[in-house]
Amino acid sequence: MKQLLEIGGVFAYLSLLTVGGGMAAFPELKDLTVDVHHWLTFPELLHYYSLGQLAPGPNMMMVASVGAHVAGLTGAAVALIAFLLPTGLLTFAVGRLWTRLANWPWREAIERGLGAVAVGLVLGGVIIMGKGALTQPLYFAIAAAVFGLLILTKVNPAWPILASGAIGVAAHLLA
Amino acid sequence: MNPSPTLWRVFWVFLVMGATSIGGGVVGYLRAGLVARERWIDDHAFVELLSISQTLPGLNATNMAILVGDRLRGAPGAVLAALGMCLPGASLMTAAAFAYGVGGDGPVVKAFLHGIAAGAVGLVTMVLVQLGAKTMRELADYGLAGAAAALVAFMGVPVPYALIGVGAVAIWWHGRRRRRNTAGK
Repeated sequence: MKQLLEIGGVFAYLSLLTVGGGMAAFPELKDLTVDVHHWLTFPELLHYYSLGQLAPGPNMMMVASVGAHVAGLTGAAVALIAFLLPTGLLTFAVGRLWTRLANWPWREAIERGLGAVAVGLVLGGVIIMGKGALTQPLYFAIAAAVFGLLILTKVNPAWPILASGAIGVAAHLLA
Repeated sequence: MNPSPTLWRVFWVFLVMGATSIGGGVVGYLRAGLVARERWIDDHAFVELLSISQTLPGLNATNMAILVGDRLRGAPGAVLAALGMCLPGASLMTAAAFAYGVGGDGPVVKAFLHGIAAGAVGLVTMVLVQLGAKTMRELADYGLAGAAAALVAFMGVPVPYALIGVGAVAIWWHGRRRRRNTAGK
């Protein structure tokens, strides 16, 4: 029970940090689940996060994986609900208010200001994720190739990511 | 416009979008489903709701589900839309955790997962560039973003402090300039 409360607390807190997307909360996600609570290792977290990019729907459904990893089905449900509820309520309330605030002087300042900070937080998340995932030149090359492919073409990201996994397996078998 | 679908229909349409929007770019799937196919909202409303979704914390896809669900069928619509959006991916990721417990220690599986982690870094970098292209319009934006990133990634500052600290400066900056422009008119 104590553990479920901890899972709920951690993901409710993380939920409020996802400004600009789930990646903005990644540094805190790593800190809390790996370093504070020792629910899983950093490589395990990276694996779940990356698998989550292959799953359909919102890109942070990997919170259910972390919940399940720690406390089974109940853990998955608690993590998911905790992760959706605080921001869900906020969005619901602000959504009803925001259109009425169309001429509020601070509205544009908030949108533009938080937009820039969101980019910075996502960049911070990418750096921390990169430190964990790009451990050898090969992985750095894979990341650069996927980035280039996605920028230059309209290919569905699921394909190059699956190909990255195949390259990882090939490198392992050939080594 | 067909603004009053049943609650079941709201849940079903979001469940299908939640199950089929594979490979990121969920916004594109949402537009195709909500604007083009169901005609629940028009393009103008879609852009408006998307800008709210992107400004507030929370995932764009779930925020959009809540805002559109609320417009269609009030609070129950918002809950069912968000659940529909999340259930397919969350079920798969829960299953993935159990599969990981069974086979995650094999060296080949590890090599595969390490490979996709590297690929995912490429994907999130692309998402970052797209987000930046939309948001960054002046030098100050780069300074603010760089400060937030450096605090979090290199100085170990917890995300909420960086968010509130740099966020306050950023809102003050953009608000100050706006007021000055208004005063000058």
